[in-house]
Amino acid sequence: MGRLFHKPERFSMYRKSFAKEIDYLGYDSVAIVAIISLFVGAVVTIQTALNLDNPIIPAYYIAIATRESIILEFSPTMISLILAGKVGSNIASTLGTMRVSEQIEALDVMGINSPAYLILPKILASMIFNPILILLSMFLGILGGYIAGDLSGMITPPDYVLGLQLGFRPYYVAYSLSKTVVFAFLITSISAYYGFTVKGGAVEVGAASTKAVVTSSVAVIIANYIITQVVLGN
Amino acid sequence: MIEVRGLEKSFDDNNVLKGVDVVFKKGKTNLIIGRSGSGKTVFLKCLLGLHLADKGSILYDGRDSRLMERKEQGKLRQELGMVFQGGALFDSLTVRENVLFPLQMFADLSQSEIMDRAEFCLSRVKLGDAGERYPAEISGGMKKRVSIARAIVLNPKYLFCDEPNSGLDPMTAVIIDNLLKEITEEFDITTVINTHDMNSVMEIGDHIVLLKDGRKVWEGNRFEILQTEDPNITDFVFTSELFKTIKGVAKAGRK
Repeated sequence: MGRLFHKPERFSMYRKSFAKEIDYLGYDSVAIVAIISLFVGAVVTIQTALNLDNPIIPAYYIAIATRESIILEFSPTMISLILAGKVGSNIASTLGTMRVSEQIEALDVMGINSPAYLILPKILASMIFNPILILLSMFLGILGGYIAGDLSGMITPPDYVLGLQLGFRPYYVAYSLSKTVVFAFLITSISAYYGFTVKGGAVEVGAASTKAVVTSSVAVIIANYIITQVVLGN
Repeated sequence: MIEVRGLEKSFDDNNVLKGVDVVFKKGKTNLIIGRSGSGKTVFLKCLLGLHLADKGSILYDGRDSRLMERKEQGKLRQELGMVFQGGALFDSLTVRENVLFPLQMFADLSQSEIMDRAEFCLSRVKLGDAGERYPAEISGGMKKRVSIARAIVLNPKYLFCDEPNSGLDPMTAVIIDNLLKEITEEFDITTVINTHDMNSVMEIGDHIVLLKDGRKVWEGNRFEILQTEDPNITDFVFTSELFKTIKGVAKAGRK
């Protein structure tokens, strides 16, 4: 871990690597995050509507429940778990392949701080870009609920918009984005660790990739509980 | 010149290197030979600093790499070039970008000077027209040549090669051997090659070191190897009918 934070050999090369990682780990995840968020938002609205099918409960409660579910839990935690699968396996298998094909040793021989050059840009890219992905997910999840509510006739657009506005606490968004930064750090650092320390060949790279996804997913779930307890539990 | 004194390295209870003393001279192709498991790769990795030796010293023109400060070690590394067994080219970069990489990371040159240097090295290994291709799109021999171009791009004083001919056909292997010898003489560098390819030994072995069970058991040059009756050499080198015949012819010539 200590080697991650040494002075870069040449800052411009690290900046270039960071931009590449934003592309690989960030932009490349936009499509999957968008599709999942849109449809899960729709499903959450429909299921909430079915459970709140009572004349005493105003329809806008459906939108409130959808909003809170998506902002507090679905977007930051579920999307982070999906990213743990996508990004985590990508990082572990890329670094693992570099290790077994001696590309990391080639960097070391050149005098390049290989953990810093290979891992630091990934961690920073994820910690910076994942909150943007989560914001996108929140927006699309809520939009998905709006469309599904309207199409199914379970909640009218004015009721949905009213529900979204009622009792809205911007603090929850900030809390969720903060969680996301912690999750991004956990996913990238755990996956990088498993990939970077691979020994062996193709089988070991596959095993490292699996371990990276499982461990980072469990870490996200545990961190989610701790953060929720500490921040919202008191 | 690289001077190795009493080099020892163990992994748990396994003593891989048991006190190796050897001097690799400048401008010569120095070959380390030995059976699989004799400690060749560990020895090379100790020289490169990829493994930390337990005992002994490694002097690069009098500078002990094991006593160097971190900053000095970083500078020394820029004087080393390495050709890995599989090439170890960066998959995501083109051939030209692979060669440019050390320059962009370390050289204080203008962009045009950097490009010129990379083009010179690529054309030196006769790959001037392959710059835009990716490692996955080129042959094993070409990968080795790109790896050599990348290794010499920063004008190293010391060049290391781990099994540069493994997996290559005999003709390509000779091309790589000759290229390494030419580069060693042209740039006056100290080249250390790990190999068990006897053709390389006979073609380019200015100085040959035989390792056995983690110890140096013989050293000489490619002419001496044909004359010696040392059982370590005869058992290791002259096992095939072809090399027995070569040795016979060499002996007859001597008489």
